[in-house]
Amino acid sequence: MSVDLNSRPRLAAGCRMGENNNQQVLLMPERALRLNGPSLEIVSRCDGKHSVSQIIGELQLLYSKAEPHKVEQDILGYLALLQKERALDFESGTV
Amino acid sequence: MASSTQNLLALVAELTHRCPLHCVYCSNPLELQSRAHELPTEVWARVFKEAAEAGALQADFTGGEPLARPDIVDLVRSARTAGLYVSLITSGLPLDEAKLEALVQAGLDHFQLSFQGAREETANDISGTRSHQHKLRVLQWLKRYRIGLTLNFVIHRRNIDELEEMLAIVEDSGAGCVEFASVQYYGWAFANREKLLPTRQQLDYCVERLKRAEEELHGKTRIFFVVPDYYAKYPKPCVGGWGRKLMLITPNGDALPCHAAPVIPGLKFENVKNRSLREIWEHSEAFQKFRGEDWMQEPCKSCDRRAQDFGGCRCQAMLLAGDATATDPVCSLAPQRPKVDAILAQINDSSSAETALVTAAAASAVKIEWLYRPNPSSF
Repeated sequence: MSVDLNSRPRLAAGCRMGENNNQQVLLMPERALRLNGPSLEIVSRCDGKHSVSQIIGELQLLYSKAEPHKVEQDILGYLALLQKERALDFESGTV
Repeated sequence: MASSTQNLLALVAELTHRCPLHCVYCSNPLELQSRAHELPTEVWARVFKEAAEAGALQADFTGGEPLARPDIVDLVRSARTAGLYVSLITSGLPLDEAKLEALVQAGLDHFQLSFQGAREETANDISGTRSHQHKLRVLQWLKRYRIGLTLNFVIHRRNIDELEEMLAIVEDSGAGCVEFASVQYYGWAFANREKLLPTRQQLDYCVERLKRAEEELHGKTRIFFVVPDYYAKYPKPCVGGWGRKLMLITPNGDALPCHAAPVIPGLKFENVKNRSLREIWEHSEAFQKFRGEDWMQEPCKSCDRRAQDFGGCRCQAMLLAGDATATDPVCSLAPQRPKVDAILAQINDSSSAETALVTAAAASAVKIEWLYRPNPSSF
């Protein structure tokens, strides 16, 4: 299942950001995911306000030395992984 | 601190052994601890703080029935304040709408509701209590809140055929996660093992059906299947490896590497009333006992999989091989595997005879002599 560029991801019920020993983590039922650099930048924008394409745009600016298409593919892959983990809800359409 | 010691990740808080249910596979020990010996609220609060300081991210409240603690709302609040992600693993039985509201307000992150079956008569028979209808009501109340929800169906020979109806309950609940957890054979389940082990045919059906369900529920509900490890080729990495991730505190404050650890003779457990959690995690003899690989025998010692499954479960090695340092006998490479095969052969032969005599429709009429889990004495 692919990620809709116009949808606005937000953390699913039971998922929230947390911190332990100065390490940001995404806390989920029964598990946790360490967030570093790009993953933290992506997850902190999953607020139900940013659309997927906005997240891609902002990270392409942030990581302007990286190849834009590669940034896009990495983000889509990461969001699909979080979707599979049931860590995200995708609100449909644009605001 | 030993260089091999990793950070504690999860604290399992067995708040009480009291429970309104009497499940025939309960993982509690045969010798239950009484209410009089339960840790008071303020000691638990200190334990949560120490766990977070030692690196733990999660606190899983379990029991017995954690809701049997009158201070459950305060306990949730103090664990959350300490910085932990709080899960309540519950039968949902002593719960009303006001208590649920209070738990959510106190910061409960995740509600894990256990089910004993999809049909009322099965569920009530397995739990020895009329509990099923109330659980369905709790699911409706939970729809008002945006907290994590996991349904946990404990499955075995007597209810695995209700899988389709279980999936219907899951779909209606909107739960983010469902666990189909095959009974693991410790405690009361070990005592009732011959009545609970599924047949190979049932297991094959289950695996195939859940594979389809994963596609059907993609993006809605994550499905987690715990295999009955007697049928597995390799053992489970029990508790993520002994003393590597998890610490369990019993109702009276004993710190265990795994809930079944007391079946291993000679292990000495420290109590949180006497020592800090970090000290226990790093130095306690019970936690050190099976850390690393020094304790391993062949075939584990030279096996490529030893860093994946850590030789399997120490308690199961004790229960089935009579030696806690043996390779988990469910492993196909274990010298003691024939013992497990013999148990499975018996189940598969006798149940085919059983099903030949009893049609599926009449099966529920067959009275099974369960050994029910009682409540601890009140003293």
